[in-house]
Amino acid sequence: MSGILAFSLTAGLLFALGLYGMLTRTGLIHRLLGANIMAAAVFLFLVVLSTRATEAGADPVPEVMVLTGIVISISLTAFGLVLIRYLRAMTGQATLPRSGREGDGHSGDD
Amino acid sequence: MLMAAVTALLFGPLLTGLVVYLLPSRRLRDIGPVVLAIGLLGPLWHLGTEVVGAGPLVLALGGHFAPLGIELHVDGLALAMLWLTGIVALAVNVYVSASLPVDAHFPATGFRALWLILWSGLNALFMAADLFNIYVMLELTALAAVSLVVVSRGPEAVSAATRYFLFALAGSLFYLLGVALVYGQTGLLSLRVLETSSWGGPVSLLALGLMTGGLAMKAALFPVHAWLPRAHAVAPSAASAALSALVAMAGAYLIIRLWLGPFAGHWPQALAQGMAALGTAGIVYGSIQALRQSRLKLVIAYSTVAQLGYLLLIFPIASLLAWQGVVYHALSHGLAKAAFFLAAGNIIHLLGNDRLTSLSRRDHRLAGSVMVMALSGISLSGLPPSGGFLGKWWLINAALESGQWWWALAAAAGGLLAAAYVFRVLRHALAEPHPDAARDAPIADNLPRRMFWPPMLLALGAVALGFAGQLLSPVIRIGLPTGVGG
Repeated sequence: MSGILAFSLTAGLLFALGLYGMLTRTGLIHRLLGANIMAAAVFLFLVVLSTRATEAGADPVPEVMVLTGIVISISLTAFGLVLIRYLRAMTGQATLPRSGREGDGHSGDD
Repeated sequence: MLMAAVTALLFGPLLTGLVVYLLPSRRLRDIGPVVLAIGLLGPLWHLGTEVVGAGPLVLALGGHFAPLGIELHVDGLALAMLWLTGIVALAVNVYVSASLPVDAHFPATGFRALWLILWSGLNALFMAADLFNIYVMLELTALAAVSLVVVSRGPEAVSAATRYFLFALAGSLFYLLGVALVYGQTGLLSLRVLETSSWGGPVSLLALGLMTGGLAMKAALFPVHAWLPRAHAVAPSAASAALSALVAMAGAYLIIRLWLGPFAGHWPQALAQGMAALGTAGIVYGSIQALRQSRLKLVIAYSTVAQLGYLLLIFPIASLLAWQGVVYHALSHGLAKAAFFLAAGNIIHLLGNDRLTSLSRRDHRLAGSVMVMALSGISLSGLPPSGGFLGKWWLINAALESGQWWWALAAAAGGLLAAAYVFRVLRHALAEPHPDAARDAPIADNLPRRMFWPPMLLALGAVALGFAGQLLSPVIRIGLPTGVGG
């Protein structure tokens, strides 16, 4: 039981860590990595859930969720990296302008 | 037959998106999605008659019911959202069949595929009946929606899309952690089974908080709205229409489903008051920002932040009347906002930009689009006899009935603020030509009819919803969630 608790706390800590990175870093790659750490935390927690033994053995449902989640996470990371590269190719930097400073630029399909 | 209808809604747009390029001519590629949208009204009608006749539907994929299998459900609320999606999709498809060939700024190929995938994802999201399935559909819609913003090209579009992407990514991880907590406590994922089983406690509140926070990021509810105005303003107008009317609203839809369905009774009234307070803050903030913008599409996008705030007013009241009001508000906002964005697209098509000061051209070719904006504005600001009026009217009455006059005040004040930003746009359109406007390029050409009529009919539909209250209110009451009291 204490093992489950320890792993759950680790997952919580990792989630907070990833979120902290996403919120405080300005480099987009760092923020994407932060999101990856958050995802790993959720997957860790799900795997912990699946080890709670039932009479039939380990619970497969969280494992299935982790598998699907990993696939989605990888696709989104790839997508995000392409987006960041695209942004960098256009603006020369892999950071976002501050939300208030985007000002009255071009909008719409004009 | 039922399963065929659902399959058509789920896979029709997706498969069309994948094969539409194989069609031999540009004209066929433009017409294909329109034909699909018209064809899908059949399955929607079939679903509608089934739900009205036999009550809420639960469809078990492969014949396996929850908790083992994956279920889809269609109740009154889901039916209303599916119809809204179908109608907005039809309008968008007709619109882009004319606008894509003349708009050289972004690739028609990418736009069509992404939009059709998004459409499938939305249909699936509104029918999804288990927590994990919702997560998968959220990711599918987010990927397509972010890409639809990138399609506009240019550094503005890519940075707006990246911001949107980061919010969506964090949002879905919050949501997934909430799902894991629910599963850890109950071993269940099905909304239907969770709603009928007894569970609760601090873990459920934590899960509800995480899921609500994550979905709020996707719906751009105040105070996690920062990505929406830029992204919706910079996207191609036809995409903006779908993003504002459907995608952002879908996040709020899921919050309402969770709070009043599986989590009904788990939250203290104080939390509900807090949610409604956030909604009110969103209404006020979004409206004031809309009043300060100098570009038409930013006005409309901030208006979305404001209008979605209304949906949170249901939680402290949670009566049947409030339910009707909120669902009606979502429907009329969807129609009016899609019309507004498509009209803005027409103005950009004619003028080449969307500065409010350029609107004062007093050109007869602009008149139709200005009229569309006026008509949708009537619904957004809740003037009778529009659908927006009826939704607000029910919501205000429900607030007064429950003795919480302050939420009635919030709804009424939001209407006034909406009237203010709509009239500000119209004032520019009707004003003496601005000195700057003379420097603008001359108006391009006439508007194709396929670009004029979709927004006009959507706006008229938003107004006409006001007359359909008697007809539609029994439908949106079908399969009420347990959290809605009498």
